[in-house]
Amino acid sequence: MNLSQTILGVHFQNPTVLASGIWGITAASWRRVAACGAGAVTTKSLWLQEHKGHANPVVISTEHWTLNAVGVPDAGIEKARDEIGEYNKDKPVPLIGNIIADTVDHYGLIASEISKLQPDFLEVNISCPNVEDEFGRPFACSAPDAAAVTKAVKAVSAKIPVFIKLSPNVENIGRIALACADAGADGFTVINTVGPGMAIDLRSRMPILTNKVGGLSGPAIKPIAVKCIADVYKATGGSKPIIGTGGVMTGEDAIEMLLAGASLIGIGTGIAYRGEKIFKLVCDEMTKWCKEEGIKSLHELIGGMHRASGYPPSLKLRRTGRLASSG
Amino acid sequence: MIIPLQTRLPKTYRITSVKKETEFVTTMTFPVSLGARPGQFIMVWVPGVEEIPMSVALDDGKKLQITFFAVGETTKTLAQLKKGDLVGLRGPFGTHYEWKPKQRLALVAGGYGAAPMFFAAANATAEGCSLEVFIGARSKEHLLYLKEFKKLPRTTLHIATDDGSEGFKGFNVQLLEKVLTDRKHSKSTPFVDQIFACGPERMLVSVSNLSFAKKIPSQLSLERYMKCGYGLCGNCVVDPLGIRLCVDGPVVKNETCRKISEFGKCHRDGLGRKHHC
Repeated sequence: MNLSQTILGVHFQNPTVLASGIWGITAASWRRVAACGAGAVTTKSLWLQEHKGHANPVVISTEHWTLNAVGVPDAGIEKARDEIGEYNKDKPVPLIGNIIADTVDHYGLIASEISKLQPDFLEVNISCPNVEDEFGRPFACSAPDAAAVTKAVKAVSAKIPVFIKLSPNVENIGRIALACADAGADGFTVINTVGPGMAIDLRSRMPILTNKVGGLSGPAIKPIAVKCIADVYKATGGSKPIIGTGGVMTGEDAIEMLLAGASLIGIGTGIAYRGEKIFKLVCDEMTKWCKEEGIKSLHELIGGMHRASGYPPSLKLRRTGRLASSG
Repeated sequence: MIIPLQTRLPKTYRITSVKKETEFVTTMTFPVSLGARPGQFIMVWVPGVEEIPMSVALDDGKKLQITFFAVGETTKTLAQLKKGDLVGLRGPFGTHYEWKPKQRLALVAGGYGAAPMFFAAANATAEGCSLEVFIGARSKEHLLYLKEFKKLPRTTLHIATDDGSEGFKGFNVQLLEKVLTDRKHSKSTPFVDQIFACGPERMLVSVSNLSFAKKIPSQLSLERYMKCGYGLCGNCVVDPLGIRLCVDGPVVKNETCRKISEFGKCHRDGLGRKHHC
């Protein structure tokens, strides 16, 4: 079983990708993650200017979930130039440059600067749920806003494929994806963290996170991620590659995401649960499962749920269902 | 894949006692054991202020202690708290000192590094180890845990102060070098099996060099800006290895330390930007 594939001209030895915001703040850390078996790495969200994050506590977990409100800290474009430049000198696996900004124009500016550093893909973070106090509702929550950012980034990204990182915290993720696709998006990362959520300390009665609320990730969010991937795949007719991210712990989780329509699999919070070896473990488990099932190529799996079931059920069917149950 | 709840979710506990060690240094006791090993750290949360990483000064299975220097906003606020006040704890995190029963160990502690080193000393002597302890501080009034170290069996205490107000005038690592040079078991056998060190990075570099030159294994406690404490945020990565010191540290074997090019030279702030030491 060969886990490799080529997506939009970029070769991936396996479908696992280090998700943005986790571990990867330096060239050395991207190399380390590659050595752990990741098929690609994503930078933390890069800002044009320095951006301070929130004060600790910023990340907390139980066995079921993780809440984070790190607040997207970054030193700005100079550091990005240093670290990506260093990584490019000897690049073990593809690099996805994740960018963030506060306005549509600034998305264009940071996209232009990061594109000069030749990442393999650009990933546009329009969906962080833990900076809402500072910037308001994420761009990913409105189809026109999401499309405007996509258009601004596409205008300056030259030939670098642009992936829009979508939020699950919307009424209709498919509609947002379609608006971005119409604005030129080449692919999608589905999903960013869920919520936001909150955890309260009982004795002090205080929210534990300094930001009070934070994005939810970890094992608990996987079913939401799978559903969102399926929705985006369906809305775009399977025409845009998807990096499926959210609660992947095992090879079977990864295969489930492929079946929903993902081509690549983001792994982030899973590192806290299975350690740095998670990339290799997930690949080994995928290979084992594929062997047992006689699967020869990932393409047999990608979007497989849609071919098996016809998703989603048509409006008419749903209406009939409701009538039947109410009767 | 199941992780204990306490490890990564802070829970508040009422302080059971507060002891002023010096003008600036406080020891606090909490009525809980987190199962911490010497050298590991915990995240200490002052609700409404901030959460910061701290070495564990003692965890004896019943109670937990931290000893800290009130230097920043959070530690200053923490130092003002009293018996019965609430403080959040989560952890333990990271690596710890490792020894074998009955080994001969040299413990090098600079400043408030004496606290976690006392934890190591108490546990190691309980397993039959014999210790040479080298405590260093700026001056007499900054020396910590002397009484506690003196009570331990099979322990020889060496004291150094920068100003000579107590013990040797100079650095504790100079004392260590003298002892290692003067006293050998035989011509080829070093006086100690291992060296443990905790203190300012400048001191750790000296210990690292000495340990390398004398061919004695050492374990050094490195400090970097910690946020999550369990390997997610990546803020504590070091060049050029890319390892996270909250997971692969804080206690790092000298052979690894010597591969960290930024060791003794620079560190990253909360934005990931490099600062030279």
